[in-house]
Amino acid sequence: MVRFENVGLRYGLGPEVLRDLSFRIDPHSFQFLTGPSGAGKTSLLKLLFLSLKPTRGLITQFGHDVATLNKDALSALRRRVGIVFQDFRLLDHMTTYENVALPLRVMGRQEDSYRDEVIELLNWVGLGERMWALPPVLSGGEKQRAAIARAVIARPQLLLADEPTGNVDPSLGQRLLRLFIELNKSGTSVVIATHDIALMDQYDARRLVLHDGRLHIYD
Amino acid sequence: MPPMTDDRYETDLSTPSRRSGEPRFDTPIVPRNSISGRALVAVVAIMTFLASMTVGAVFQVRHAAADWQSDVAKEMTIQVKPMSGRNIDDDVARAVALAKGIPGIAGVKPMSKADSAKLLEPFLGAGLSLDELPVPRMIVVTLASGAIADLAQLRRVLASEVPSASFDDHRGWVERMRAMALSAVFAGVVVFALVLAATILSVTFATRGAMATNRPVIEVLHFVGARNAFIAGHFQRHFLLLGLQGGAVGGGAAIVLFAILGLVSRWFSGSVGGQETSALFGTFSVGLAGYLAVVAVIVLIALVTAFTSRHTVNRTLEAID
Repeated sequence: MVRFENVGLRYGLGPEVLRDLSFRIDPHSFQFLTGPSGAGKTSLLKLLFLSLKPTRGLITQFGHDVATLNKDALSALRRRVGIVFQDFRLLDHMTTYENVALPLRVMGRQEDSYRDEVIELLNWVGLGERMWALPPVLSGGEKQRAAIARAVIARPQLLLADEPTGNVDPSLGQRLLRLFIELNKSGTSVVIATHDIALMDQYDARRLVLHDGRLHIYD
Repeated sequence: MPPMTDDRYETDLSTPSRRSGEPRFDTPIVPRNSISGRALVAVVAIMTFLASMTVGAVFQVRHAAADWQSDVAKEMTIQVKPMSGRNIDDDVARAVALAKGIPGIAGVKPMSKADSAKLLEPFLGAGLSLDELPVPRMIVVTLASGAIADLAQLRRVLASEVPSASFDDHRGWVERMRAMALSAVFAGVVVFALVLAATILSVTFATRGAMATNRPVIEVLHFVGARNAFIAGHFQRHFLLLGLQGGAVGGGAAIVLFAILGLVSRWFSGSVGGQETSALFGTFSVGLAGYLAVVAVIVLIALVTAFTSRHTVNRTLEAID
């Protein structure tokens, strides 16, 4: 599904923040991405999300060499990847329902064609009663769940989550982890970037550990 | 995708019923009624009003200059000088008859001795008797509007039949008037160009300012897989509407003001001050072309806001990538 071969990344003329990364993310797989602050987790997530281009090396995603794709092709590829940002990035002027439905809306689908689907997903993540609320009045946990729902509504093949439990209490963190596990069981590959050792200890999954820009894999 | 009905999550993750909003399905992707959006509408309205006022002033000057030129060009003078051995009254009568015989001349009015004395009164004082002075007599010749009179023929017949008469078609004045009118219109166009440039710059920067607050929206749309053209199209439509809204307010206010000034100038045209003003500037009217120019300014400024927003979106997306 995703293949990195000797990938390196530097910002401008600075030092390489990621060095010689070679790994694969297989379909239906589940992995944690971890490492100390500044190790390059967010940069690696950006590469996975096609938001950055590598300075060197080869990234293949869904069978395409991403370096050869134009902007529209990258947008189409990005729709196959869902991302949950640490700071949620919900649009404050839209209701929770509209935020979650946004990926379907930008695909050009009519609202009545996805309404039931969105309501069902909102009920599933426990936001059925909050679907008409605006993000500023949602709690941190509710925002996190709305962000996850938005990331998965278009049924992505790969889900990336950046510190999804960073803003919530441990019990909600556990519940969110169960949510990711359920999504993975349904066929979505999941990459969770986290510092939270306790969270990783709760689920036996592959660990990608970044240290000084290099990747160590513990299957 | 997991099964959508999962009892565990319905019980674990449900929150108490707290409806805080009304159902909404189609909120515009670009936020409306933001503070920066309202500020942009205000800037566009003010600048469109100023640009429209400049347009009105240019058209008014053009009309006034054309009126002056036309008034001067419509009237000509035959001057009959006293000449020994000739009767000036007979010469005046003959010159009048010759002028009336030329097609395209609407009126020929000889100035009487009293009229001539009145004309000279400011220079020579009252109680002047023209019999004692060799003062030439004037004949005012008025052209029919839209007609082309054969003035060369008039000049020829006057020279052959009334040697004491000379014909002045005010060509020198007309040339000066034309030069002055051109200068006035050119100055007006330069001022309008400067105001338009200032308007475009102000609107461009105000649009960029309004767009800066929308960067998070652009980023989210980009990250959920929206194509660049989709994002740029939404912003362009939104800012085109804002530009048209502000332009309609500013340009509409200018159009209403022109109409009011036109009415007021017509009401006061009978008064002494009104007559002097109308002699200088003509009746206040920017004409259909002036109103169309204001509409063109509104459309231009709206297009500038739309184009600037599209350009800013594209630059933002390039920065994200």
